[in-house]
Amino acid sequence: MADKLRAQQHLEALQARYIGIGSADTTRHEWVNNIQRDSLSSYIGHPPLLQYMSIGLGQSREKTRVQMLERMIQPAGPPPKQQD
Amino acid sequence: MTSFSSLSLYSLTIKPPSATQDAISGDFIGNGKQQILTVNGSRLAILEVARRQKGFQELYSQDVFGIVRRIAKFRLAGGTKDLIVISTDSGRLVTYEYLPDEQQFKTVHFETFGKSGVRRVVPGEYLAVDPKGRAIMVASTEKNKLVYILTRSGQTDIAISSPLEAHKPHTLMFCLIGLDVGYDNPMFAALELDYSSAETDATGEAVNDLHKELVYYELDLGLNHIVRKWSEPVDRTAHTLFRVPGGPNAPSGVLVCGEDNITYRRIFNNKSQVHRLAIPRREAATEDPNRKRIIVTGTLYTLKGGDFFYLLQTEDGDVFKLTVAAPGSSVEKIMIKYFDTIPLATSICILRAGFVFAACESGDRTLYELESLGDETDDPIFESSQFPVDPLTPYDPPFFRPRPLSNLTPVESMPSLNPIMDMVVANPTLEDAPQVYTVNGSGSRSTFRTTRNALEVLDLIESPLPQNASHVWTTKLTAEDETDTLIVLCLHSRTLVLKIGDEVEEASNTGFMLETNTLGVQQFGHDCVIQIHPRGIRHIQSISFPDESQPAAVHVEVTDWEPPAHRTIVACATNNRQVAIALSSGQILYFECDNDGSLAMAEEEIAVEVTVNCLAIPEVPEGSVRAFFMAVGCSDHTVRIYNLSPDMDGNILRSISVQGLSAQPSDLTINTMSDKSPRGYSQYLHIGLHSGVYIRSVLEEMTGEIGDTRRRYLGPGAISFAPVNAAGEPAVLAMGSRPWLAYTHPRTSVLQLTPINYTPFKSAWNFEGAQFKGIICVNGNELRIFTFEALQDNTTFESIPLKYTPRKLVNFHDLGTFYVIESDNNTMGADLRKSIMELNKAQENGVDDAGDTKTNGDMSNNHSEEDVLSPADFGYPRKQGWWASCIQVVDPVSEHAVVDTIELTENRTAVSVALVYFDAGDDKMPYLAVGTATELQYSPLRCSQASIMLYKISPSGKKLEFLHETEMSDIPMALLSFKGKLVVGSGTDLSLYDRGTRALLRKALTSNCVTTRIMGLKTQGSRIIVSDQSQSVTYVVHKEQVYPNRLIPFVDDTVPRHTTCIEMLDYETTVGGDKFGNIWIVRCPPKVSEASDESPDGLNLLQEKGYLGGAPKRLDLAAHFFVNDIPVSIQRTVLLSGGEMVIFWAGLQGTLGAMIPFRSRRQHKMFQQLELQLRNDDKPLSGRDHLAYRGYYTPVKSVIDGDLVERFLVLSRDKRESIVGQLTGNWTSEAVDEAIWNMRGLYAF
Repeated sequence: MADKLRAQQHLEALQARYIGIGSADTTRHEWVNNIQRDSLSSYIGHPPLLQYMSIGLGQSREKTRVQMLERMIQPAGPPPKQQD
Repeated sequence: MTSFSSLSLYSLTIKPPSATQDAISGDFIGNGKQQILTVNGSRLAILEVARRQKGFQELYSQDVFGIVRRIAKFRLAGGTKDLIVISTDSGRLVTYEYLPDEQQFKTVHFETFGKSGVRRVVPGEYLAVDPKGRAIMVASTEKNKLVYILTRSGQTDIAISSPLEAHKPHTLMFCLIGLDVGYDNPMFAALELDYSSAETDATGEAVNDLHKELVYYELDLGLNHIVRKWSEPVDRTAHTLFRVPGGPNAPSGVLVCGEDNITYRRIFNNKSQVHRLAIPRREAATEDPNRKRIIVTGTLYTLKGGDFFYLLQTEDGDVFKLTVAAPGSSVEKIMIKYFDTIPLATSICILRAGFVFAACESGDRTLYELESLGDETDDPIFESSQFPVDPLTPYDPPFFRPRPLSNLTPVESMPSLNPIMDMVVANPTLEDAPQVYTVNGSGSRSTFRTTRNALEVLDLIESPLPQNASHVWTTKLTAEDETDTLIVLCLHSRTLVLKIGDEVEEASNTGFMLETNTLGVQQFGHDCVIQIHPRGIRHIQSISFPDESQPAAVHVEVTDWEPPAHRTIVACATNNRQVAIALSSGQILYFECDNDGSLAMAEEEIAVEVTVNCLAIPEVPEGSVRAFFMAVGCSDHTVRIYNLSPDMDGNILRSISVQGLSAQPSDLTINTMSDKSPRGYSQYLHIGLHSGVYIRSVLEEMTGEIGDTRRRYLGPGAISFAPVNAAGEPAVLAMGSRPWLAYTHPRTSVLQLTPINYTPFKSAWNFEGAQFKGIICVNGNELRIFTFEALQDNTTFESIPLKYTPRKLVNFHDLGTFYVIESDNNTMGADLRKSIMELNKAQENGVDDAGDTKTNGDMSNNHSEEDVLSPADFGYPRKQGWWASCIQVVDPVSEHAVVDTIELTENRTAVSVALVYFDAGDDKMPYLAVGTATELQYSPLRCSQASIMLYKISPSGKKLEFLHETEMSDIPMALLSFKGKLVVGSGTDLSLYDRGTRALLRKALTSNCVTTRIMGLKTQGSRIIVSDQSQSVTYVVHKEQVYPNRLIPFVDDTVPRHTTCIEMLDYETTVGGDKFGNIWIVRCPPKVSEASDESPDGLNLLQEKGYLGGAPKRLDLAAHFFVNDIPVSIQRTVLLSGGEMVIFWAGLQGTLGAMIPFRSRRQHKMFQQLELQLRNDDKPLSGRDHLAYRGYYTPVKSVIDGDLVERFLVLSRDKRESIVGQLTGNWTSEAVDEAIWNMRGLYAF
């Protein structure tokens, strides 16, 4: 029992520390949001990728960067309505 | 038994990336001057800008083997130089000091803080430093922020604290800067957005109510604690911050920039203290007056008296000067004024020396000189009092008229390939080595470039000769002279002597024998000159010119030495005190300089049984009376070394060593060149062969032994040499089918062999005049003098401007023409632009009739000016949702220009292009097929209409004639000429078309050939390789014996690869690159490959069941490598004349690289061990694990990183020896050097 409790506490500690560590209660929307935010921040963080997209969109890198960051706010739309 | 993979490659960077992520100015050397630190790809470089040399000089650069994201500098109080801090994907904070003497970056701090990789919550995306150098903050895009405190411990050391955390979950960061607060507690300002309230709001309304906040973090140095001190909401579109100088007489605070918005905010602000400016908009007929701009980059510059200003650049490239009126350190207003328009930059650096460095997003990096600070121009000034504080209340937008540069003057540009959009290696000019053709740049700054491996030279003099000359020499008159006085030319059985003065004219009465060929000319002894000709040696004493301006010379005495009867001199070698001649009988006679400067023949002589081809004696070493060795090249394929100084028994002209060769030697020379030996230089023997091979060996100065040999084929034709000075360093010109220079690379100190970008010539000599130093050469009846400016860059560029962002390039090899499709998103097309201009003109004319004439004159004047504004400098007018697109024909061979342009109209854009040879019809000329889309939009990709346009190419290849257009169901992103037909990949469908008179006719179709979207096609035989946008490649076989024809996918890949480019290496193997910067090779299992071609109708393939929703079989991965740049084109090609096949690739950021297959197991093993050793002994500077870096997404497979291996060349001697000691297989340091050199020298450049 103590082991289980410790494992539980450990998991909670990790969840608090790292974003995106799921649990049995993670919803589809949360998961998709996470993936999308990870991807968007990866596009911003890899300079060649950001440049690639900027050239495609025909705009400056700064503008693309800001657009990606803005998309990170709600990448997969509003959360679904809670059903009781 | 060990098993080996069947393929192993050696990855080399030929041209490092030139896309600048960030550039900062600072004093990194500590000499009180400013340098620029730039980061391109994974390379850090320090550039020096000096007025004297007019431009850039790269002082040092190093690959850090990590993805560099930000750089910053800091200097603690009392420090003498700026230290560098970089944030990479290593999960570590690393700081460096540049040591100028050792030429290296010394790691100062190395603090691990998180996981490696570019992740959402691992700090590294933002990096800010306190202006007083007391603290560093690193932050991630979301949540995490870490602060490190820097303190001085002792005289020199800088201690770093453990990190303080300032995390805030559900918070995105947009920008982070260090605030200038003088010596108060360090303060950081961040633009943050807390999205937590929108996370749970199912109605979707909360997301509209989110605020962007300007947050101040204060580091309490006393409590060792970081606090979120203050936050205030700012404009929702705000995205970047600039710091305002603080301290006793300065206001401190921040500038917050957003869309159409620049706001000054004081620290701990209250509402009344906000000053806001709108960003001025361009005023022109084709500009949308409602389009709002953003600030993309900018810089703060502080003048000596404490005044300061900003240069801020908008996305159009317009630079504005922003000044702050702050009497008594409280801000009254801020003002903005148009400064100049320069290309869109990622960073702008202003140097104290009066230069502005713009690291452009696309194209060449440019250096400008600051002519004035923009006070004189009469552009309108806008003040913050004109604009409301709240950006949502209405206001009059400010307008200005763009004009040509007036405050800045371009000084120099640094050639950059960035961004490469497509590449072809071809040889339409029929040179001995192929050239690299790339299409580069974006928007109006696009270019078509030809890159050659050649040294750039500066042409100084070109003058005709009365007759063809075969040889040229220059000579001094006495040993003390500093400059050359005579030029001696060997014409056809005649010798011409010219005097160098203010004018070059024929010298008379010099004592030279003029009615003969000359074999050699040498300043001899103290004040004599000798001329060697087939019939003897003429020794002339004391030539002088009594009147400097007159060509008449006087000389004291002429002595002739004649060879024995019936013999002639065939070869000679000389230096200031020694002469050796070879006679037609095979004898070699040796002379030394007597006390009175006359020739004294040695009693000994050498008799070789074969013909002597060439001789060489080095210069007399300093402090000696003679050179020690002579090299003799004989017709029996040997070079023999004889001693010239008495050995232990007092004998001279004894054979010391013999070197066997693969062909007859054609020329020899011995000189001293700098290298990596402990002394810094060694004596080298250069051997040229009749077969065109060049050999350089070390000739041991004491023992005369030959060792450490490098060989390279320079092209057909015998090689002759001229020892010269190139950019101040001793070098050797090797003249074969074209001239080459053998020199020591200024940084790595290894031998470099590079062709010279100059007309071929047969003879050359060093030239040292009073005004300039260079190299004199003769070619036919032309005399030329040129010089080398720098030896760092071994490529030359030629560029031709293009119209829009080039997308794809195809090459018509037979005629040497190239076809480029170009398109710009969100840009007004040419037709729309023209119609707007015409409409405008019509309106104006209407006004003309009504209004008075004076204003009208002004108006029309203004507009004609507008027409003059070149799009290359100012860009094209933008329009959301519109495309500007064209097809251009480029002739880089004869006309060096764009020869035809076809603009696409009605919002149509070209997406793919191919040269297609159709069987139908009997003309031999290919057709140009162009895939187009109308109203193309991204995410999701869609268009209103897609089609393929077919153009007929004129017989000269330079004109295109529209034939017909065929509508397609989806965007045709890939086209390929295949078996006299056209293969089209549109959407997920692969189809085969033939040419009809009115449209293309479909012959076969496979729908859903791939999963996502076909992006590229390659073929060999009946096999087509189809690359998918995100699902790697699929192999398709064409079955033509059934009707309708079948295209059957039979094998695909297991890994989703976002393929950008592919190339077939052989029938089974494909190499490709993906959007994440990997290069990979996949191979079809042999049985699957055979089975695909077995049946003529492909029934066996059709009956096979698909496996897991894909093709029936899977490909094997053969190699995988991360290159940190997106490969845009890959080609299997030869790079050098006589070279071997390599995989050559071009990356988006301007990288050119090669993957070279290993041929010997022993070498491969050595390189593998060497790479392993270097990973441990020379750890990457970024703190990233090298193996993890090269295996960023997928573990690296079967590729050895040549860039890391080449670090071996610059390591210290001790380190090299210790590494070599651990290699198995009896390798010496020299042998490893040679192996590394061969990998680059024999395959690439």
